Amino acid sequence: MIQIKNLNVTYEAMGEGYAALENINLELGAGETCAIIGPSGCGKSTLLKVLAGIIRKYEGVVEINGQPIMPMQQKIGFIPQNYGLLPWKNVYENIRLSAKIKNKKDRDHSKELDFFIQQLGLAGLEGRYPGELSGGQQQRVALARSFLLKPDLLLMDEPFSALDAMTREEIQNVFLDVWRKYSVSTILVTHYVEEALYLGQKIVILSGIPGTISKIIDNPLFGIENIRNHQDFFQLSLTLRKMIKEDWSK
Amino acid sequence: MIEQRRGVWYLYGILIFFTLWYMAASLVNLPIIPTPWIVMKNLLGIFIPKILIHGSYSLWRIVAGVILAVIVGVPVGLCMGYFPKWDRALSPIVYLTYPIPKIALLPIMMLLLGLGEVSKILMIFLIIVFQVIIAVRDGVKSIPKETYYPLYSLGATFGDIFREILIPASMPKFLTSIRVAMATAISVLFFTETFGTEYGMGYFIMDAWMRVNYLEMYSGIVVLSCMGLVLFGVIDYLDRKICHWQYK
Repeated sequence: MIQIKNLNVTYEAMGEGYAALENINLELGAGETCAIIGPSGCGKSTLLKVLAGIIRKYEGVVEINGQPIMPMQQKIGFIPQNYGLLPWKNVYENIRLSAKIKNKKDRDHSKELDFFIQQLGLAGLEGRYPGELSGGQQQRVALARSFLLKPDLLLMDEPFSALDAMTREEIQNVFLDVWRKYSVSTILVTHYVEEALYLGQKIVILSGIPGTISKIIDNPLFGIENIRNHQDFFQLSLTLRKMIKEDWSK
Repeated sequence: MIEQRRGVWYLYGILIFFTLWYMAASLVNLPIIPTPWIVMKNLLGIFIPKILIHGSYSLWRIVAGVILAVIVGVPVGLCMGYFPKWDRALSPIVYLTYPIPKIALLPIMMLLLGLGEVSKILMIFLIIVFQVIIAVRDGVKSIPKETYYPLYSLGATFGDIFREILIPASMPKFLTSIRVAMATAISVLFFTETFGTEYGMGYFIMDAWMRVNYLEMYSGIVVLSCMGLVLFGVIDYLDRKICHWQYK
């Protein structure tokens, strides 16, 4: 369970304070997915960084299972826009990194690791370096790395936006498959309405500068088989678009 | 396959070097430039009884200087790159001292530290350490912020960041800095070895020159350049072993 209450974030630039996020309230049940959609510069990434424990200067309450954010204590998986793979580690080492850092002197993870490599279709690529992989493959590695930990919270910053349309759909399905197996609480930031509709049980619309939540929508279409081809999906995405347009032009 | 080809290129280099040398020798046709064959014959004769001890001394001084520079330069460079405060505090000092021609300090070093090994090794250390510091610092600075984020959110300690990101990310620039500094280090080593020692390639070459023994002098020069070749070869080898990811 993720809880955000009265979150305010300001950042300093040139000696002046700017509000990045204002009065954010959000609750996410364990194992739920939540898509955050908003215009550029509205503080989406800032919100993720707070949840990831990267930004520590904030006001308000941000809790995972009743505990304030502490990366040392909780298991938080964070996938940045560029997937955050280390170019000097091959696929296997990159995936293992999360377990290596989290459980220092722990049992070996090779069995789970092999399982995830199979699961995400990375078999045969273990020895490759990120520079030798396509964008889709890199994203699979990043997902494997995060899921290996079975995190309390998975954060993804525009995870699929650098992929071409076909690969994007494929990886979105890969993500949903793995997510269904482990039901990891996930928050993802996107600027595609369809992506939010397809992946988010909850859809949060952020707006303006500073970022505030203007709507939280419970997505009725989440998890329905082949929903992307249904009339309802188009209809709802149109409605959402309209809503967002009105909202952002305020 | 690639390894083999690389070896072949080294042979080409040596062949071209000898050809040019031979051409120069036959053009001048004076004892001051002997042909490569006579020098090689002489070298084979005197390498073990005469040159080996000098070569070992020179090699030890270079290796000791480089290792010292790595031990000091890498941590300082990493900290300057990672912590802006360190950078702000230390950069001016580095910039002020880096351009001082280190060779100008040799007399002071010799007075303070004596004519022995310490002043020579310290000289090499001083030449290499600044390049290492700056290369490593810039290597760390050029790491995109996002690279750290997944590790931060995993609760990585500074040790983890150090091991998993800072060291490997700065390694290519670090090796380049050693490469750049190595040639200067060898030239300066030569110079320092002409003072206050009876061992080292610098001493051997100058001594042969004084005795007008051109064959021995050239043998010494050949050994010195071979030392350079080997040292560069070792750095290239390390580069391919440790940093092969960047050639993918």
